Amino acid sequence: MLYVVIVFLWVALLLYLLLGGADFGAGIIELFTSEDNKAKARKTMYHAIGPIWEANHMWLIIAIVFLFVGFPVIYSTMSIYLHIPLVIMLLGIIARGTAFAFRNYDAVVDNMQKLYNKIFVYSSFVTPLFLGIIAGSAVSGKIDVHATTFLSAFIFSWLNLFSVAIGFFTVALCGYTAAIYLVGETNDPAERRRFVRKALQMNIAAVVFGALVFISAGADNIPLAQWVFGNPVGIAAVAAATLSLIVLWYLIYKGRARMLRLLAGFQVTMILLTTTYKHYPNIVLLKNGEYLSLIENKGADKTIEALGWALLIGSLFILPALIYLIYSFQRKD
Amino acid sequence: MDDFIAARSQMALSLGFHIVFACIGMVMPFFMAIAHFYWLKTKDPVYKNITKAWSKGVAIFFATGAVSGTVLSFELGLLWPNFMKNAGPIFGMPFSLEGTAFFIEAIALGFFLYGWDRFNPWFHWFTGVVVGVSGIVSGILVVAANSWMNSPTGFDYVKGQYLNIDPIKAMFNPAWFEQALHMSIASFAATGFAVAGVHALMIIRKKNAKFHYMAFRIAIVFAAVAAILQPLSGDISARDVAKRQPAKLAAMEAHFKTERESPLIIGGIPDTKKKKVYDAIQIPGLLSFMTYDDFNAEVTGLDRVPEKDQPPVAITHYAFQVMVGLGMLMLGLALLYFFALFKKKKWFSASWFLKLFVVATPLGFIALEAGWTVTEVGRQPWIIQGVMRTAEAVTPMPGIRFSFYLFTAVYLSLSLVVIFMLYRQIKMVSKMYDVEGVD
Ligand code: HDD
Ligand code: HEM
Ligand code: HEM
Repeated sequence: MLYVVIVFLWVALLLYLLLGGADFGAGIIELFTSEDNKAKARKTMYHAIGPIWEANHMWLIIAIVFLFVGFPVIYSTMSIYLHIPLVIMLLGIIARGTAFAFRNYDAVVDNMQKLYNKIFVYSSFVTPLFLGIIAGSAVSGKIDVHATTFLSAFIFSWLNLFSVAIGFFTVALCGYTAAIYLVGETNDPAERRRFVRKALQMNIAAVVFGALVFISAGADNIPLAQWVFGNPVGIAAVAAATLSLIVLWYLIYKGRARMLRLLAGFQVTMILLTTTYKHYPNIVLLKNGEYLSLIENKGADKTIEALGWALLIGSLFILPALIYLIYSFQRKD
Repeated sequence: MDDFIAARSQMALSLGFHIVFACIGMVMPFFMAIAHFYWLKTKDPVYKNITKAWSKGVAIFFATGAVSGTVLSFELGLLWPNFMKNAGPIFGMPFSLEGTAFFIEAIALGFFLYGWDRFNPWFHWFTGVVVGVSGIVSGILVVAANSWMNSPTGFDYVKGQYLNIDPIKAMFNPAWFEQALHMSIASFAATGFAVAGVHALMIIRKKNAKFHYMAFRIAIVFAAVAAILQPLSGDISARDVAKRQPAKLAAMEAHFKTERESPLIIGGIPDTKKKKVYDAIQIPGLLSFMTYDDFNAEVTGLDRVPEKDQPPVAITHYAFQVMVGLGMLMLGLALLYFFALFKKKKWFSASWFLKLFVVATPLGFIALEAGWTVTEVGRQPWIIQGVMRTAEAVTPMPGIRFSFYLFTAVYLSLSLVVIFMLYRQIKMVSKMYDVEGVD
């Protein structure tokens, strides 16, 4: 059952990165869209994400609950040492979630809309940035449980080049998946072209920040290259992701929207796989080479057992309903 | 402000904020389902308008409830890492089941809000009901987690170690049923009176009277039935507290001395130093009778509880008085409503009658917050009754007070914006849903 729980944890993380990520990305795209086209892009996005909006963000809650029920030591260690970025991320979640609801359900449409939009786009940027920083910090080896000063315990645990580079990489990835997703959500050729251009820009940004991640890993003495390329799975996944980029750009010029989505999803999956495969099961690396392993820090056996069953039975209800929801609100062409 | 107090205040603030939105998110779908049902049956467009107007409000409340809940699931660790490290695997089961319930709720909400004219009308109606049912289920599950903190079971606590953990037993701890029942009824009473009050005000102002009248009628039935059940379930809760947390009961009642024929103390100002209550109404023997069905039974007072294990008496006592007092008031209103319904139909258009309900708008929510204050403050100094102290649970990170100020500012401004949005929503009813210019 432990493995069922771990697999679900990974899948929840992946789905949050994909679905929640595309959702954040929609805001990021809006941030970088010129004033003239904003209103139109907003409308397309609203149609695309409105109905599945709430469900997209459930994955984060699911992941966090698994963590505190199944792996409480990991949850509490991260909560203590990454307190500050977690709070910033939460503020982003509050701002974004409420601004999204306000701008869509406010009965009066007036200047307040401008404010909601501003809050929405900026928090769409900040939230994944800090999510990335938190994820990066977990593996950066900078969390120091023996720290004696405030700075080394609560600031340098996350404020380092590597974590910040991962943050920006996450933002670019979200923008990229969103742009690819949105290409299939519009029939207007001009708008389509705009989304394709955004996808290209975000793709370049992702590559640039990806390179930065490697450079900063070197600067921070993190053996990232060895994690990624030191094993066949990592090499294969990176190769698959890179090769699929070529296919992807071919498909864009052919206008095959649905295939595109699958492919972008595949790429993100490969990226998460490479970054997690070598670490597993040590998902939090601490200073001095200590680490927190999923296996060694699991909760009581009965709890893991019950959690596993709850997951298996729960997903029997959730997955069909979710798939039907997504299917029902797809733009039909 | 000291960091420990700041952490407790931040927790209380976040929960106190979340609970309002959670209750509305749980209960409004049922009101909508009734209006929606009448629309499908009678094809009276006013019912459709009520459903639509309410669902816009619910979408706002739901989003705010969801983000504040997300914050809570992190806050448990941010503020109480030591508690979560030990308690997570024991009391976490309901939270993980709740994840499923929320998920279903979020999916159903997507169908409901965006599904007008897209699906079979009855499927669409059904998705609205699913939102409500899964909302209630998640409410019950969280309360089961909370009740575990009041009556911890499902593990053995041996020399500081938590052994033989059984999460299922922990979930069905002895207090879960009483608390879940009382909380579920409370959410109907609070939301019902709040919604009825707003619509009553609009009837008095003669704005779209038909629309608001029909909406009022739906909300008030739920509110009145819940208000009648509430004291009954409260009595069950109190008996339960007397057994599992005598210190909490003593603090609720400001009952300083263990004695037979204990009086019921109503109101008054407790003085912890002198161990006395001033200016209270005391009804001899009633407390003994209410907790043990026997006027002569002995009720444990605070003198049997070591000083260091005593909860703050004044806050617990006042909060309890507020809850019960408002509960009685709401009971009175509920009886008055049923009297009017069966005997005096014409009262429904009398402005004094409607004004009573306008005044009652916030009462349920005030009682609800007061009730949670009783439960949580009355458990102090324990975070897990008798096992772990709140002070042992708090995060080692310094400077929590800044985080408390920050969250206070955020929640304050969010509350203002939500009130502002609601005001705009109600103001627009006459413009958006003005059918056949009733009245
Ligand atoms: C509309 C709100 C409302 C109203 C009118 C009442 N209550 Fe209540 N009460 C709550 C809302 C509430 C609550 C907020 O929902 C609590 C907090 C925890 C819980 O389970 O329910 C609660 C807790 C609570 C507790 C503590 C339970 C515990 O710690 O486990 C007791 C003993 C009572 N109530 C008793 C009463 C009595 C005798 C009432 C008589 C009228 C009453 N309540 C009315
Ligand atoms: C007695 C207390 C509580 C009740 C009755 C309650 C009930 C609810 C309900 C009904 C919702 C659905 C959202 C809505 O309809 O507005 C909700 C949302 C949520 N609650 Fe609470 N809750 C309580 C306390 C808590 C606590 C202590 C936590 C966390 C530890 C929590 C975590 C959440 C989360 C994560 C969500 C968001 C789910 C979503 O996105 O739909 N809740 N709560
Ligand atoms: C939604 C209704 C709730 C409200 C309004 C509420 C209110 C409060 C208040 C006033 C305190 C501070 C007590 C003090 O420090 O003197 C508190 C503490 C706390 N509550 Fe609740 N509570 C609610 C439900 C829950 C639930 C469902 C849980 C968890 C499952 C929970 C977990 C905690 C924790 C961990 C603390 C901090 C430790 C403590 O002070 O006991 N609460 N809450």
